[in-house]
Amino acid sequence: MKIRITDRAKITPRDQVLALVFSIMAGLFVIGLIFLAFGVNPVFAITKIFAGSFGSLYGFKETITKAIPLILIGVGLTIAFRAKFWNIGAESQLLMGAIFGTWVGLNWGPHLPAPVIIPLMFLAGFIGGAIWGLIPAFFKVKFAINEVISTLMMNYICAEFLTFLIVGPWKGKTKFGFPYTDDLPESAILGLISGSRIHYVTLILAVLTVVILGMIVYKTRFGYEVRVIGENPEAARYAGIDFFRTTLIIMAISGGVAGLAGVGEVAGIHHYLSYPASISSGYGFTAIIVAWLAKLNPFFVIVSGIFFAGILVGGDAIQISLGLPAATVEIFNGTLLVFLIMGDYFLKHKISIER
Amino acid sequence: MEDIIVSVAQRTLIAGTPLLLGTTGEVICERSGILNLGVEGVMAIGAVAAFIVTFYTQNPWLGIMAAIAAGMMISIIHAFASVSLQSNQVVSGLALTMLGLGISSLAGKPYVGKALDEKMGTLAIPFLSDIPILGRIFFDQTPFFYMAIVLALAAWFILSYTELGIKIRSTGENPKATEAQGVNVSLIRYGCIIVGGGFSGMAGANLSISYSKLWIEGMTAGRGWIVVALTIFALWNPMRAVVGAFLFGGIFVLQYLLQPLGISPNFLAMLPYIGTLLVLLMIGIGDSKKLNAPAMLGESYKRGER
Amino acid sequence: MVKKIEKLEMRGISKSFHGIPANQEIDLTISSGEILGLLGENGAGKTTLMNILYGLYQPEAGEIRINGERVRISSPLESINLGIGMVHQHFMLVDNHTAAENIALGYKQAPFLFPQKKIKDDIVALSKKFNLEIDPLKKIWQLSAGEQQRVEIIKTLFNGADLLILDEPTSVLTPQEAQDLFRVLKDMKAAGHLIILISHKLDEIMDLCDRVTVLQKGRIVGHAQTADVDKSTLARMMVGRDVIFDIQREKMPPSRQVLRVSNVTVNSDKGFPAVKGVSFDIHRNEIFGIAGVSGNGQRELVESITGLRKLVSGKITVNGKDISNQSPRKIYNSGVSHVPEERIKFGIAPGLYLYENAILKQHHLKEYSRNSMLAYGNIKSHARSLVDAFQVLAPSINVQTKDLSGGNIQKLILGREISHEPDLLVASHPTYGLDVGATEYLRKQLLKQRKAGGAVLLVSEDLEEIFELCDRIAVIFQGEFMGILNSDDPQVSDIGLMMAGSLKLPAA
Repeated sequence: MKIRITDRAKITPRDQVLALVFSIMAGLFVIGLIFLAFGVNPVFAITKIFAGSFGSLYGFKETITKAIPLILIGVGLTIAFRAKFWNIGAESQLLMGAIFGTWVGLNWGPHLPAPVIIPLMFLAGFIGGAIWGLIPAFFKVKFAINEVISTLMMNYICAEFLTFLIVGPWKGKTKFGFPYTDDLPESAILGLISGSRIHYVTLILAVLTVVILGMIVYKTRFGYEVRVIGENPEAARYAGIDFFRTTLIIMAISGGVAGLAGVGEVAGIHHYLSYPASISSGYGFTAIIVAWLAKLNPFFVIVSGIFFAGILVGGDAIQISLGLPAATVEIFNGTLLVFLIMGDYFLKHKISIER
Repeated sequence: MEDIIVSVAQRTLIAGTPLLLGTTGEVICERSGILNLGVEGVMAIGAVAAFIVTFYTQNPWLGIMAAIAAGMMISIIHAFASVSLQSNQVVSGLALTMLGLGISSLAGKPYVGKALDEKMGTLAIPFLSDIPILGRIFFDQTPFFYMAIVLALAAWFILSYTELGIKIRSTGENPKATEAQGVNVSLIRYGCIIVGGGFSGMAGANLSISYSKLWIEGMTAGRGWIVVALTIFALWNPMRAVVGAFLFGGIFVLQYLLQPLGISPNFLAMLPYIGTLLVLLMIGIGDSKKLNAPAMLGESYKRGER
Repeated sequence: MVKKIEKLEMRGISKSFHGIPANQEIDLTISSGEILGLLGENGAGKTTLMNILYGLYQPEAGEIRINGERVRISSPLESINLGIGMVHQHFMLVDNHTAAENIALGYKQAPFLFPQKKIKDDIVALSKKFNLEIDPLKKIWQLSAGEQQRVEIIKTLFNGADLLILDEPTSVLTPQEAQDLFRVLKDMKAAGHLIILISHKLDEIMDLCDRVTVLQKGRIVGHAQTADVDKSTLARMMVGRDVIFDIQREKMPPSRQVLRVSNVTVNSDKGFPAVKGVSFDIHRNEIFGIAGVSGNGQRELVESITGLRKLVSGKITVNGKDISNQSPRKIYNSGVSHVPEERIKFGIAPGLYLYENAILKQHHLKEYSRNSMLAYGNIKSHARSLVDAFQVLAPSINVQTKDLSGGNIQKLILGREISHEPDLLVASHPTYGLDVGATEYLRKQLLKQRKAGGAVLLVSEDLEEIFELCDRIAVIFQGEFMGILNSDDPQVSDIGLMMAGSLKLPAA
């Protein structure tokens, strides 16, 4: 008996959807087994997760709230990954955006009205995230330094820097010694959709970003150049595409939109800077799966972003109702990712058994 | 004064030991051409496995064995994805980290805040530990320390001076040529990933049954990522990893030591990462041949590809 | 231990890639003390067949017998254990390792501890025996192509190979090195080895082989004793008809100068000078050929002209305008097109659609992008006209380019590069690996380009192609021009000596 693996000649959109559905189903099944192994009722836990996120109006509002940063970061990552830039530093690009935005909000907010200060904060956040994304991009194009490693290092450097700020120079006078900055002034706080935590300005920004980046990728010359680099960097060089310039622009965008997400989190949810882990609960990493699940298509990011936001919210729900640790949702993310990888393989290859 | 020096040195070695274990494993793995970003997750799995087994058996050695076995087993996922399915190694490594952290906290939930009766204590080596100063620093440590040193040296020797080492390094440099020489590239890569996972598992055990005796969720606290950085800092050489791991360990200790002097611990904590970036930069600016990175690191290899 | 190979047979071997047959029902036999030539054009399926014998590919049908017994070879390891060794055209060596480490890698009896040190003496002894001198402690990247090949041969001998397969062994060698190799092979034959030589060079086959098996498009078209046939018979078998390409090259009067290369020096990737002070010019209505064994600086020279590599010194002008060290895009805009070598590696983005690849080098032009948006209407109609004009066989322009065959990809690239009427077309090995039909078509297109007033720089290893197309021929050896000849110069017969570096004409 022999297992033969051949490339699948043609892949239809239907095959893709099927592969996706099967991967998610199989992933959920294995997640169930893991729960079972640790004495958690799998059916109860999994339904609880989805009921918690999509089953109620409250849950769904929370899901949208968490989808905002995931969509923003995820869509930025799709173009970085398309250009074969493995940006795993979105977590700190978000934090840098939060730092820049907060500085603007704290210092200029008291003197400016909301319609002026809020755009300024987002602009500052974009710049902060972009700078933080540009550094590893520059290292890569100039010195051929692997971006996986450099963006990873940037994450830690930024997290320590943020901690330094909140325990040191930026520590709020009104916070009773806690390591937080003071609250942002009223004008620098984003409005919410009533009865929810959805900061709609950022939500609109996220959707706009998806549309704009989607257009850029598929309709513009720049997007074409990005896709050529992703397909074949040698051919891109031959075609006269400036790798240096393109990579820098891509990372300015990818880092910048992550920075926007950071401003949204601070100005929309927390209202002050605190520890890195509370500003972002790993959005920069989860967004990698979001982009991956969207097959690097900016438009699909909306769907995959909401899906993974749902899992995050559901994770909170089982944390409360079943007393499971917060990191349990990592099992969801990890297992689903493994099965998505497998689904991708079976989509591209045909496996048959011969005697 | 002497006591302070000895204590700082001792604590440096203690902090560096799990890093060295993890780095040795990651060096082996990356030498075969596989980037494993799952170290953090595998360490977490090793930590919880060691804690639970030690908790019930009161035998830390069984705990270590369990951690190694658990680390090896979970690493099979990465091996399967990156070798058999030729998937993107960044993505599957991240999946492993998430999975490992998740399972570790779920499995460890009932033990949060509980303490071991018996943790892995220090083991003074007769005679050698009597040497003034140095004896107390180097020869009055936990078995983890001795094992980490011996294993790092062994890994260095095997990679540099044995036939198996040539096979592993060749696999990372040029899998196609290696396969053409009748070497089973997939087997070598599976082996290296799984052995690397065993090392990470052991590093996790080091944290949960020796470094601490209380179970705390998330006790790896990013050490797995430091291991990934250290592997590059050490330029894929286990001998240099020894130096690197204790250098990084020293920075951990200094953070607390220098804080009273008004030096921000956060800036010290940044140093390992900035240091790694600087090492990469210095080599990147100079001659990349000296970097000695496995040429095909992170690239999948498909048999019979035209 | 398996006993020595006396006789090896392959019967009814078939293999296809992505549904395209590469080998169909191939039979082949070789006996001890024999050198068998496997003759065929590029892409005839010779390498595929030998990779099957070596266990790198699995055949879909057929069997292999050694000494009459059926064997199954599912990996190179099994092949090595059976006494088969292969020297690949692109060497299977680990560049960063020493020769000794490379040899120890596959050596079954390599000691576990300190293998390098322990087998060093054995390497020296063996290399003395067969005149295969190498320094075992040098890293591969420090060795010349000839030395690297010797490492490959020693590797197979260390594993006790009875049957040695050599895939186009002379393609990277100078004629002198090739002669040395032939002496080694004859010694090995005398020692009872079986040797299979893959080649598309008739001279080598006639010179070295006892018997020859000819492949064409994946099928066997004949077997012969070399003593019984002459070159023209073999040539006919190889291409399936008389080889004389019926292309008439009209005389063209001398015309305006387009390209001027003066004293150009360029470094290789390793930082050593690969092109050393080369000067030449090309005029309108002229095809200028650069002949030479590959790896003598051709790639670096072409890349310096097209902007992909920095000049160390010297100057390049096009139509009198200095283009030295300009970006590839600026050079393209100055009227220089480029058909790159290794078309799939450099010339296309394989996952993008055909129509997207049809503007790879032109996407920045006004016709195709306005206000930084791509004008897909124009792009698609341009792609359609390219497909029609250059006979690109494709189901539609909406297919991924990687699904086209090599010949059709090359037609697309050539079409793309000449459709905007460049002043200078730089073509590197444009017909390498293509079938006869596509080759002839592409060559005619180059002549058409010449007639239309374009200047063409043609880099090729194929002397026949050079003679057929070029008005003037430069011979490059180790980064220097050994001379520039008019195609009707009687000294053209000395071109072989010039390629080997043993003859240099005084600069004109």
